[in-house]
Amino acid sequence: MYYQSEFDADYLASRNTQFRAQVERRIAGQLTEDEFKPLRLMNGLYLQLHAYMLRVAIPYGSLNSAQMTKLADVADRWDRGYGHFTTRQNIQFNWPALRDVPDILDALAEVGLHAIQTSGNTIRNITSDHFAGAAADEISDPRPVAELIRQWSTDHPEFQFLPRKFKVAVTGSPTDRAVTRAHDIGLRMIRRGSETGFEVIVGGGLGRTPMIGKVLREFVALPDLLDYLEAVISVYNLLGRRDNKYKARIKITLHETGEEALRAMVEARFAELRGTYPGSMDALSDIAARFRSPDLPPREHQIFTAAKAQDPVFRAWADTNLTTHKRADFAIVTVSLKAHGAVPGDATSAQMRLLADLARQFGQDELRISHEQNVILPHVALDDLPALHAALLPAGLATANVGLISDIIACPGMDYCALATARSIPVAQAIATRFEELQLEHDIGALKIKISGCINACGHHHVGHIGILGLDRGGVETYQITLGGDGTETTSLGERTGPGFAYDEIVPAIERLIAAYTAVRTNAQETFLATYRRLGMAPFKAALYDGDTSDAA
Amino acid sequence: MARKAYAQVVTGNALLEGHVVYLTAQGTWSTALTDAEILRDEADAQLRLLSAMAQAATVVGAYLADVDPDAASPKPLHFREAFRRDGPGHYVYPAGRI
Repeated sequence: MYYQSEFDADYLASRNTQFRAQVERRIAGQLTEDEFKPLRLMNGLYLQLHAYMLRVAIPYGSLNSAQMTKLADVADRWDRGYGHFTTRQNIQFNWPALRDVPDILDALAEVGLHAIQTSGNTIRNITSDHFAGAAADEISDPRPVAELIRQWSTDHPEFQFLPRKFKVAVTGSPTDRAVTRAHDIGLRMIRRGSETGFEVIVGGGLGRTPMIGKVLREFVALPDLLDYLEAVISVYNLLGRRDNKYKARIKITLHETGEEALRAMVEARFAELRGTYPGSMDALSDIAARFRSPDLPPREHQIFTAAKAQDPVFRAWADTNLTTHKRADFAIVTVSLKAHGAVPGDATSAQMRLLADLARQFGQDELRISHEQNVILPHVALDDLPALHAALLPAGLATANVGLISDIIACPGMDYCALATARSIPVAQAIATRFEELQLEHDIGALKIKISGCINACGHHHVGHIGILGLDRGGVETYQITLGGDGTETTSLGERTGPGFAYDEIVPAIERLIAAYTAVRTNAQETFLATYRRLGMAPFKAALYDGDTSDAA
Repeated sequence: MARKAYAQVVTGNALLEGHVVYLTAQGTWSTALTDAEILRDEADAQLRLLSAMAQAATVVGAYLADVDPDAASPKPLHFREAFRRDGPGHYVYPAGRI
């Protein structure tokens, strides 16, 4: 686990002092809102529909129990007792008062957390595989590299005013749990002989113009990584369009410049920059030492096996919410923040405190936040799982639905967000509640529904097996459905089914889709996505529109 | 065709709390839409908006929002304004609750 350096601590303290003075000047009327807005955004403070919102970065989704407890403290002392974990592995507090924000930032700095570069046209929070360091299928823990990139990109003087925001994701596993192909830069770890390096995918992104990233370079050796990243972003910094914010992301730069031409420019720049960071490998080995895998004592599994045999509730949870750990006597636990009818990604302060306690007690003090808005305990001994499950149960944290229809990603939508064109949260709640009533979700099997409340696609709807996009059509909330999206290593973008559905029609529409799927799948093992890929749109379109209950909006 | 009846309120967010606020007939700010003054004259509305925008130490992002011209009490025409008035629909968490 990474511990912040003195440099980080000093830097955070000076930034917070600076921001405190800026808040005071704004309140005293010495700064106008136009002057203050870019300053507050540099510190992660947005003004949303009903209140300010503070977005705190959780670098590569990793937290220790002290940090999780601090998030709970912030929620209790300065907010309304809860926080919202986002698809960017951040947490958002929805109700801070302006005057309190400097105190909140100071409190967060005590545990090395901050809100720097969670907004603005900068390199944002570096995201990663939420099973990093624990997954059986990974080449190596990607987080030391993610941390190296975080240090390089934080306050990078050349990249504070990019044409647009810039998102980097890193994975160390061939199984892509970090949606690397939908990031401005996605890094996939590769081993060539004895050498470790990265495939560099550039120009992916969702939003109004969804694109799957292109492999700009098949292999960059680790010692060259920062030089190569600097080359990509400096070329983008010059080429990227500043005349039109909708065409300013690197995906458009790549599209307009052409893959070959952009690659040549980056290579030329890389040749100039090579050797800019001679100390990066030393820095990386220092960082890696701090991410050393926890010493996991050998454990048995009789208690686990017995509990699975005796307790059907535990068995259902274990079957759904556990992932194979690199050690056979341990498991990766995904704690669902998607209890049926709950707000996806919301956790109360009491839930955060409990998760922190359980991480200390059973989980080597480690927690992860996934882009799918769940919390992960990456290292739990099999024999500790029954006790862990028993502790999660009364807190509403033992829902056995990970990867199922009710494990929905939803952006805050128009319940909070000033950019939203429709609500997302109640749609997610209604779908989860409906399929819980039907008792069908285990029969339906693996299915990812992702909901965005506007075309900016924070809810990743383009890569949902079923994507739902909420729009304002003539003053009425309207929901478009896409099918066949996939955010893993077999990335694909969903295709629109046709006309949208009104708010009260969207849940029945999803129900018809699912009925069509279960009717046409070859067997219970054929997933929704596989069925869609085999049969295409036709049977689903028929289910959605032929019954004549659709709205031609 | 008769000219559409005009009805708007001045709204924005309070600088300190960020909460939704509405301009009243007395020139003060209220968190309740029912307290808002319905402006039925476009020129008057623009003047009221200008004065609201000048109160930069109190309110952020003031703008005019349409309300139902036929309702006696201010009633939003667009769903976004209804959500701004009501707050998040699912909001149920008292502090500390699991």
